Amino acid sequence: MSTSAEKVAALRRSLATDGLDGELSRALPLGHVGADAVLPGGLRIGALHEVYAADPVHSAPACAFATALALRLGGTKILVWVATDFSSLEFGAPYANGFLELGLDPARLLFVRMPNGEDALRAATDILACTGVGALVIEIPGPVKALDLTASRRLYLAAAHKSVSVILLRPGATPEASAAETRWLVHAATSPPLREEDWGIPRLNVQLLRNRHGELGNWEMKWDCGNGLFKQPDNTNSTPHHSDLAAASFDGSLAAQGGLQ
Amino acid sequence: MRIAALDARASKCGLHVGQPLANARAMIEPFDVVEADEAADAKLLNRIADWCDRFTPFVAVDGPNGLFLDVTGVTHLFGNERAMMEAVLTAIKKQGFAVSSGMAGTAVAARAFSRYAPNTIAAPSGEAQAIAPLPVEALECADAIAHALKRAGLKTIGQVATRQRAELASRFGKAFVFTLERALGQNESPISPRLPLPDYMAERRFAEPVTVETVILATLRGLAADIAQVLEQRGQGARMLEAVFFRADGEVRRIAIQTGSPTRDPILIERLFRLKLDALPDPLDPGFGFDLIRLGATLAQRAEDRSIGFDDNANDKKEISQLVDMLSARFGSHRVLRFIPQDTHIPEAASLAVPAQYAAPENIVWRKKPATSKGPRRPLRLFAKPEPIDVVAQVPDGPPIRFRWRRVLHTASFAEGPERIEMEWWRHDGKVPTRDYFRVQDSEGRRFWLYRDGPYRPEAASPRWYMHGVFA
Repeated sequence: MSTSAEKVAALRRSLATDGLDGELSRALPLGHVGADAVLPGGLRIGALHEVYAADPVHSAPACAFATALALRLGGTKILVWVATDFSSLEFGAPYANGFLELGLDPARLLFVRMPNGEDALRAATDILACTGVGALVIEIPGPVKALDLTASRRLYLAAAHKSVSVILLRPGATPEASAAETRWLVHAATSPPLREEDWGIPRLNVQLLRNRHGELGNWEMKWDCGNGLFKQPDNTNSTPHHSDLAAASFDGSLAAQGGLQ
Repeated sequence: MRIAALDARASKCGLHVGQPLANARAMIEPFDVVEADEAADAKLLNRIADWCDRFTPFVAVDGPNGLFLDVTGVTHLFGNERAMMEAVLTAIKKQGFAVSSGMAGTAVAARAFSRYAPNTIAAPSGEAQAIAPLPVEALECADAIAHALKRAGLKTIGQVATRQRAELASRFGKAFVFTLERALGQNESPISPRLPLPDYMAERRFAEPVTVETVILATLRGLAADIAQVLEQRGQGARMLEAVFFRADGEVRRIAIQTGSPTRDPILIERLFRLKLDALPDPLDPGFGFDLIRLGATLAQRAEDRSIGFDDNANDKKEISQLVDMLSARFGSHRVLRFIPQDTHIPEAASLAVPAQYAAPENIVWRKKPATSKGPRRPLRLFAKPEPIDVVAQVPDGPPIRFRWRRVLHTASFAEGPERIEMEWWRHDGKVPTRDYFRVQDSEGRRFWLYRDGPYRPEAASPRWYMHGVFA
């Protein structure tokens, strides 16, 4: 651990001498050692980050990752979530109690529900003109013609100008070229068996597909809801257990109900 | 079939309203008969009332063919009362209607003048004198009463007025005495306007009707500045504003905007109107131009002046409030939402999405319940309608072993539960529906929230399973 910390410090020093220090101070580390090593000082505030879902049917892990990023980058300001009617039907509507459990206070959330992707982008442009916003999550499912390289470049510039972090969540879409600072592809990761208390904590398998200022990588992370940062999961060997299907009663005591079949 | 209305020639020939058509035909031949269409007449009357809005915002409909215009405080704009009445009558006659009118201090007196002594204007204390020569039918009381008055030898209102109120009340009822007093200008009953009156109002007339949008918006900004001055004196701000556009050919269009917090800023008001006009599904069509534009504040509230300080928090709140107003004006207030916690254990009702313009953000407090397990107990996404799934589970209350959702088969590797949620017993007589929720992880690591609708009963049909939400 000390050697990696030293490496990070050395990197920081060399970047400072190159004159890039000003940008570094406006970045927040994720908390996960592996990911932070390739990100220059952490995730940049005031930039465009993209999150894709590996599973076209199930977008909740990607949504959780986007929420976590917004939480880290947004500070204490208002978070705006722009979604389309279709994403609420297909992937489920954002549930405020779920956000609360994940660590995001729903009182900070402003939810804008647009009829389609083009209107969502239009609303996003309006929102980026306002300075009181901490982070903006734009959830656009599926391909949208209006979201091309020019549009993403415009989003990137607007985000940098107003120093509002923009997270573009694209469930059900395949990763495509854009002007993003970082691009992430999120899988669900299996939790360790029920006997450990960690079961149920969001576990994600995250792949960094594009990084403007650093290398790519593939890590497994867990999200610490209480403290609001990513952590290295305790056992990285997460093979699914096909053994007893134990149904725990809600106060935590286990009662095995016999095997399968 | 009876006659409902006549024109001047027909009434000269001796026909009257209410006469059976057959009799009329027998008396005179030939004449044109048009079937009465009450709905269309009412619509036309409403449109005329809309158009009369340009003279005063206080317009009320009176019967099937009359209008009340309360012109208190407006007559000086036209010179004097006589000039105003001339202006109104000429304008209506130009549209092709036959119209007569009267002006007085009370509604009943004005009505009587308009029908029995057209073009009379009675000063507020001179109604009694002016109305005296009118026949008793002008009081618009029941036929029986009018008949009885005539038999008693009282043919004009002046003669009725000389009688004692007590004896009139005992013979014809108290209601008649009230009507008489209103006719004489001694009493007044309020008339209620068709549309609510704005608290503050400013208008601009154009000698040359305007069609250009930039001019219209600039006018709105100027009118907003006028209203803002008066609002500032009272320490108030406007929450709801309505702009009324009067076209030169008689059409009237009303556009309203609202804001989350009271405002006096003309530039913000103009911007909100511009967004609203751009987003209208039926765009504002000037036609030959608008000759009158009026801006009214229909809802005003206390608004203190806050000095611009270095407090970022307050500035941010103001920015967010303006952002909410702009998005609501552009896309509709039902699309910009905030979540409000509800005190209920039913999952889909525990969080209420409310338009952000109506929700006061300071009052929203979400309290996190102490966690019994480390992971989230509520899913991140919730389906508005729980989706039915096919489940293989051990009876009677085992967790799901395999389930099919959206045509994909999932094999459960873990399940936690059940969490039993009972519906509100006071809403259901007898059997209260219950749901047993399970948190299930499948072999790929995806986590679901699904429930069984009701307990398993051997004699009844097996309960259905539903997918309600997905976890991270």
